[in-house]
Amino acid sequence: MDEIRGLVVTEEGLVEQDLMRDTLTKEMWVNMGPQHPSTHGVLRVVLALEGERIVDTEIYIGYLHRGFEKFAESKTYPQFLPITDRLDYISAHAMNYGYVLAVEKLMGIEVPLRAKYIRTLMAELTRISSHLLWLATHALDIGAMTVFLYCFREREMILDLFEMVCGARLTTSYFRIGGVANDLPDGFIEKCREFCNIFPQKAKDYDDLILKNRIWLARTINVANISGEEGLNLGLSGPSIRGSGVKWDIRVSEPYGVYDKVEWEMAVEDGCDVYARYLVRLKEMRESCKICQQCLDFLEKDDSGEFRAKVPKVIKPPEGEAYACVEAPKGELGFYIVSDGSTKPYRLKIRAPSFANLMSLPKMVEGALVADVIAAIGSIDVVLGEVDR
Amino acid sequence: MYHAISEYVPVLILLALAVGFGVVTLLVSFLVRPNDPYPDKLSPYECGIDPFTTGKLQIPVRFFVIVMLFLLFDVEAVFMYPWAAVYKKIGWYGFVEMFLFIVILLVGYIYAWAKGALEWE
Amino acid sequence: MLALVVITIVKLLVLFAFTMTCVAYGTLAERKVCGHIQDRIGPCYCGPRGLLQPLADGLKLFFKEDITPSEVDKPVFILAPVLAVAPPLLAIGVIPFGESITLFGHKIPLVVADVNVAVLYLFAVASFSVYSIVLGGWASNSKYPLLGGLRSAAQMISYELVLGLSIMGVIMLAGSFSLTDIVHAQKHWWFVLTQPLGFLIYIVAATAELNRLPFDLPEAESELVGGYHTEYSSMKFAMFFLGEYANMVVASAVGACLFLGGWNPPFAFLSFIPGIIWFLIKLFFIFFTLLWIRWSWPRLRYDQLMTFSWKYLLPLSLLNIVATAGVMLWMHRI
Repeated sequence: MDEIRGLVVTEEGLVEQDLMRDTLTKEMWVNMGPQHPSTHGVLRVVLALEGERIVDTEIYIGYLHRGFEKFAESKTYPQFLPITDRLDYISAHAMNYGYVLAVEKLMGIEVPLRAKYIRTLMAELTRISSHLLWLATHALDIGAMTVFLYCFREREMILDLFEMVCGARLTTSYFRIGGVANDLPDGFIEKCREFCNIFPQKAKDYDDLILKNRIWLARTINVANISGEEGLNLGLSGPSIRGSGVKWDIRVSEPYGVYDKVEWEMAVEDGCDVYARYLVRLKEMRESCKICQQCLDFLEKDDSGEFRAKVPKVIKPPEGEAYACVEAPKGELGFYIVSDGSTKPYRLKIRAPSFANLMSLPKMVEGALVADVIAAIGSIDVVLGEVDR
Repeated sequence: MYHAISEYVPVLILLALAVGFGVVTLLVSFLVRPNDPYPDKLSPYECGIDPFTTGKLQIPVRFFVIVMLFLLFDVEAVFMYPWAAVYKKIGWYGFVEMFLFIVILLVGYIYAWAKGALEWE
Repeated sequence: MLALVVITIVKLLVLFAFTMTCVAYGTLAERKVCGHIQDRIGPCYCGPRGLLQPLADGLKLFFKEDITPSEVDKPVFILAPVLAVAPPLLAIGVIPFGESITLFGHKIPLVVADVNVAVLYLFAVASFSVYSIVLGGWASNSKYPLLGGLRSAAQMISYELVLGLSIMGVIMLAGSFSLTDIVHAQKHWWFVLTQPLGFLIYIVAATAELNRLPFDLPEAESELVGGYHTEYSSMKFAMFFLGEYANMVVASAVGACLFLGGWNPPFAFLSFIPGIIWFLIKLFFIFFTLLWIRWSWPRLRYDQLMTFSWKYLLPLSLLNIVATAGVMLWMHRI
C-alpha cells in the first residue's frame, strides 16, 4: 500500500510521518507440520509471516530418521538391499537400482542384456507410478481432489504389475546384485502392454482436468520460481531442475541400463515455476511409457537371455570405493560405497534427491504467500523417507 | 400494519425452532457422549508440536481496509434496493439519477483501486 | 383463526423436517456425486445403496467425545455452532415452494411467511452466517482457526456485496421484493434468460458465500488444516456442517426463485405437473451444480479470490444494473 503522510501528535509536538508505519504488523511465526495435511509426511516447516507474505522459512527434518547409512555398516551387501526400498518408499525399484549399480561397479560385474531391459522397464514403470502419486497429491494440495483418485486408479494398475513380478506392491526388492530376482512371469508382457497402450489416453484426461483450468494456471504459473543457476547451486536435480531449463538427466549424461539403446526425449521446460515442473513430469510420464513399450518389444522378441549374471554366493567386493547414480523419479540418486574387502560396507553414503531438492524450498517461497508454500512443496515432490533416511 | 407484522410471527416461531434445535442437540449430545480430557488432548492444534506462541495474533491491517470498503459499498447497495423496486414507475428520471449515482460510486472505486486498497499485497 | 394457527404450525414442522432431510441427504448426495465423478461408488454399506449413511454419520458424531481445548473462550465457542445452523433455517421460512393449494376447504399458500420484503430479509439473515465462522475462529484461540475466521470474514463480506448487487436486475424487472411476486413475474420469461450475467454472478458469489470450492479458502485443508473449525469436534463440528448444507439448500432455493422461475413449468403444456415438483427439480439442479463445481475445480489462492470479487465481479454487477436499466427504458419508452 502507498505511504500516507500526515501530522501526528508526539512528545515533540506535531511531526509529519508515515501514518501507515505503525499499522504494519509484526511478523508472525506459523508452524506447518509435522502433523499437517499437506507437508507430505512428517516435514516441519516454520514460516515467518508478515501479514500473509513469507519473510523467512526454516525447514526442520529428521522426524523419520532411521539411520540407514549407519545401519548399512552392520548388514551384508545383499541384506541391505531391502532397506533401500524404504528410502523413497513409493519408487522402490529406482532405489534398488541405484544400490545394485554401485555394488556392481565395486565388484566389476557385467549385467546380462535381458536383465538390463527388465531393470529399465521396472525403473520406468516406477517413474510413472511415482509421478502419478506426485500429481495426485500435488493436485489435492491445490484443491483438485478428483485428479487424486484418477491418478490412484492408474497407479493401481502399475502396482498390480509389480505384484505379478515379485509379489510385493510397494517395497518390491526385485533387483539383485548382478540382475533381477526372477524372470518376468507369463502374461506379464501382455498386461504391461495393455497399460502402456491406455496410459497416454489417461494422461490426456489429467491434462483435460487441470492443464487449461484458469484456476490451476493462476495457482501455478509464476509461483515458487527458481532459476536454473540457483537450482544448480542448491543441488536441485531431476524434474525440478529440468523445469528451470537445465538439460540435465542422468539417463543421458551417464547412461545406465539400456537408456542409450532406446529412443526417448528429455523433458525440459523453461518456465522455472510450479507449472513448468508440472509440465516436465507429465511429459516424462509419456516418455517413460514410450521407453516401456520399447523394452517390451525387446523382451518379447528375445526371451532366451539370462536374467542374472553369475555372481559369487558370498558378495565380497574388493577393497575400494565406488559411486553410482541413477535418475530416480525425484532426481539424482547416488550411492557411495567404501569397501574394506569384507562382506559388509565400511561406509555407505546416500545422495538422496528429495533431501537436496527440499533445500531449495526457502529460496522458492521467498516473499510468497502461505498457499504458495503448499504448491512449492508439491512441485518439488519430496518423500520424507528419503529426506530423513 | 397489523397484517405486515403478523407475517413475521411464523418467522419468530421458526427462530425459536432453529435456536432450540441447536441448543437441544448440543445438550443431548452433552449428556450421552463420553468425556475423558487430559492436558495433551486439550492443547490447541499446532501441527503436532507444543504451541510456541500465543494464538492471539495481530490482525493484518488489510482486513480493516476491506471492512471499510465493504461498509461504503454496502450502504450504497442498500440505497439502490428501493430504487430498483420502483424503477419501472420512475423511468428516465430514475435512470439518470442512478447513473449519476453509480458514476460517483465509480469515482470512489477507482480512487480505492488506484490507492492500492484492492491489492492483496 | 385456530385453523390458521394449526396450518402455520403444521407448515413449520413440515418445512423443518424437509430442510433437515435435505441437509442430511445433501451430505450423502455430496459423497455419492463425488464418488461417481471420481470413478468410484461412494458410501454403500449403511442401508441399501448407502441410504442410511447420514443417520450413521449423525449417530457417530452424537456419541463422539467433545474436546473443548483449554485455551478457548467457552461461551463463544459454544455459541458459534448454534449460530451456524440458525440463519439458514430462518431463511428457508420465506421461500415459496409453490402456489397455494386447497386442502380440506382451506386455501394454503406453500410458504410459511409470505413477507413482502423477502429478498431483503433473506440477505439480512444470510449475513448472520459470517458471525458463526468469525466467532468460532476467534473463540478457538489458536492460529489456524483465527486465520481461517478472519479470511472468511473478509471473503464473505466481499462476496455478500456482489451477491446483493447481482439480484438488483431481478428486482428492477419484477418491481417487488416479494419472492411470490418475483416468481409471478417470471410466468413467461425466466429471469435467467433476461439476466444471464446476474445469474452467473449470483452462482459465483453464492459459491463463495457458502465457502465451497473453488472458494473454500476459510477451510482450505491444505493450508489452514481445518480453518475455523479445526478445534471443533463431535456435535459442535457437525453443527457447522449442518449449517453449510442448510445454506446450500437455501442458496439453491433462492436461485430457483429468483432466476429459474420458481414453481413455473418451463413450457405451458407441462403445467399438469404440480408447481412444487418443478420448484424442487430446479432447487436440486442448482444444488447438484454446486457439487459438480466442487469436485471438478482446484482452489483459488486468497489474494486471487479477493481480487476476483473486488476487481471483476463488482464492476460487472454494476454494469449489469446500468445495462438492465437502459434496456428497460429502451423497451418501454421508445
